[in-house]
Amino acid sequence: MTAVTEPLLVFPDPPPPELVRTLDLGGYNWKAAGSAQELEGRWLGAVVSAQESPDDAFGFSRALARRGLDIPVLLLVSGAQLDELDMRDDLYTDFCLTPFHQRELEARLAHLVWRSGTALRPELIEYGPMVLNVETYQATIAGRPLDLTYMEYELLKFLAGSPGKVFTRETLLSRVWGYDYFGGARTVDVHVRRLRAKLGEQHAGLITTVRSVGYRFGLSRWER
Amino acid sequence: MEPQKDYVLRTVEERGVRLIRLWFTDVLGQLKSVAISPAELADAFDEGLQFDGSAIDGFSRVQESDVLAVPDAATFELLPWADPEEPSGRIFCDIRNPDGTPFAGDPRWVMRRSLSKAAEMGYTFYTAPEVEFFYFRHSDPDQPLVPLDRASYFDLTTADVASPLRKRTITMLEAMGIPVEYSFHEESPSQHEIDLRYTEALSMADNVMTLRLVVRKLALDRELHATFMPKPLNGVQGSGMHTHMSLFENDVNAFHDPGDDYGLSETAKAFIAGLLHHAREITAVTNQLVNSYKRLVAGDEAPTFVSWARNNRSALVRVPVVKPGKESSTRIEYRALDSAANPYLAFSAVLAAGLNGVKEGYELPPEASADLYTMSRGQARAKGFAELPMSLSEALDVLESSPLMAEVLGEHIHEWFLRNKRAEFAEYRREVTPFELRRYLNTW
Repeated sequence: MTAVTEPLLVFPDPPPPELVRTLDLGGYNWKAAGSAQELEGRWLGAVVSAQESPDDAFGFSRALARRGLDIPVLLLVSGAQLDELDMRDDLYTDFCLTPFHQRELEARLAHLVWRSGTALRPELIEYGPMVLNVETYQATIAGRPLDLTYMEYELLKFLAGSPGKVFTRETLLSRVWGYDYFGGARTVDVHVRRLRAKLGEQHAGLITTVRSVGYRFGLSRWER
Repeated sequence: MEPQKDYVLRTVEERGVRLIRLWFTDVLGQLKSVAISPAELADAFDEGLQFDGSAIDGFSRVQESDVLAVPDAATFELLPWADPEEPSGRIFCDIRNPDGTPFAGDPRWVMRRSLSKAAEMGYTFYTAPEVEFFYFRHSDPDQPLVPLDRASYFDLTTADVASPLRKRTITMLEAMGIPVEYSFHEESPSQHEIDLRYTEALSMADNVMTLRLVVRKLALDRELHATFMPKPLNGVQGSGMHTHMSLFENDVNAFHDPGDDYGLSETAKAFIAGLLHHAREITAVTNQLVNSYKRLVAGDEAPTFVSWARNNRSALVRVPVVKPGKESSTRIEYRALDSAANPYLAFSAVLAAGLNGVKEGYELPPEASADLYTMSRGQARAKGFAELPMSLSEALDVLESSPLMAEVLGEHIHEWFLRNKRAEFAEYRREVTPFELRRYLNTW
């Protein structure tokens, strides 16, 4: 599973020194950017300071929104700038008045990160061309949606959660279906076949049969 | 809400599904469909979708015609041929009475009931059918049928349209989670076969219904006609649906016994004995059309005598040779079934016949020797071999007096099926056929 290490995006570059201090004290992994043009990857959230230049700050936020990066934005504004927030509700998620109180900023940041964690950072299982989104139950293979039934999805999620590890049919049956499932390990074989059929000829090899043992997702530990 | 339903609702939302087709099957084995919007799906899960059953073959009971279609969340699949911009899905339904009890006219319920009887005995029932069908240029019964090719068994027909069509069909089936074991050109011109990998019998019946739709739909897209009619052409073999089956007791193949000469357990032998014992009674269900009996004639690799053998393709029950190390694939093959059968009812019938053999401890008669199939009917009868019914009418007579089949189908379907099929046969009997004109018009 991918680790939760996305950095916090901070504007402008360099950021005001008191902001840097608060972020560092809070142990945040952050990166400053002066423009939203070339931003890529995943971000935990953004802290945008409007103290130096409100226009640039709103421009930065707008560019973020336009690029569809869907990053929650904490806006730092002075009391005199509050009027500027009118009609710009779409450009920030939350705001904090400057000069800020360190503990208030920390609390707001924590809340921003929490939002990001629940709504914006899906847990993904990625392996080669395959991506499973654990929150939305969606799977893709080489970018195209892989439409699975619930049990197919659960089986794939379990297998792909430990690539390279060989599971016996019995383990799969008890962990995916539950111990009391009537039908025995044959059920596992049937579902593996269905999964392979859906993965298509090109990717069916993602799940291999380990003779007289069971099944493995991905390459064995020796092959990697 | 159960996780399966929740999962389907999530998928519908995430994939932007616009239309969900609720599928169910009438008593004759025709697929029925009603489309609902995603917004209605949650209610359908909870309460079922009410509709008037009186217009559905075999559902009709005028005084209590309303029934509910209740989607089975485990069967939701997106239709791989739908416009990706407007995805649509299908889901099989169980049919219930307005009070929520299972509806007696629902073939899926017949199958569920039969499977739960097997479960009471500790068995799960797996089937793997080999589905045969023909492609023709058109579907006009008044015009001579035009096959797409003159190829034969296993022929690689590169120059014709059928091979890519079959390949596309398989891709679609696999995208819907229906694994295909083999597919090839069959014996007759334009005849094809798709063998499905074994799965538990209820899913397999759903898969057979899906396969028939997919085959016909993709043919239609190319302005061709695919038919599962058992015998569309004179003089060549018809379309069967030979069905491989096995019983499992948890993880153990209950049909296998390493100590036996044939690798068959006592359970397997009694199961085969049950199939043979009740074969005549179940034939009206496994072979339900007037036309089915044109296929069950000697010489076309179709069974005519009630017999079993290890490697004779004219036997009614064949025991395929199992490769060493593949003992868990021990199975038997019932060869009477044809591609026009209602799979829910037909799988239920063969299961019940076999299980009755196990329950009653029927003894397996000796394996038929190869010469049975070269014998005349008189000789075979003299040796004690029973014959399968030679017409739908005869099959219905045996079905009518079968307590086993009355129990398997339930009173509602048993009675309706007999009435409907008697009417079909009566209509056929009134018809003057081309055979009669050819044979009699100038000589009498």
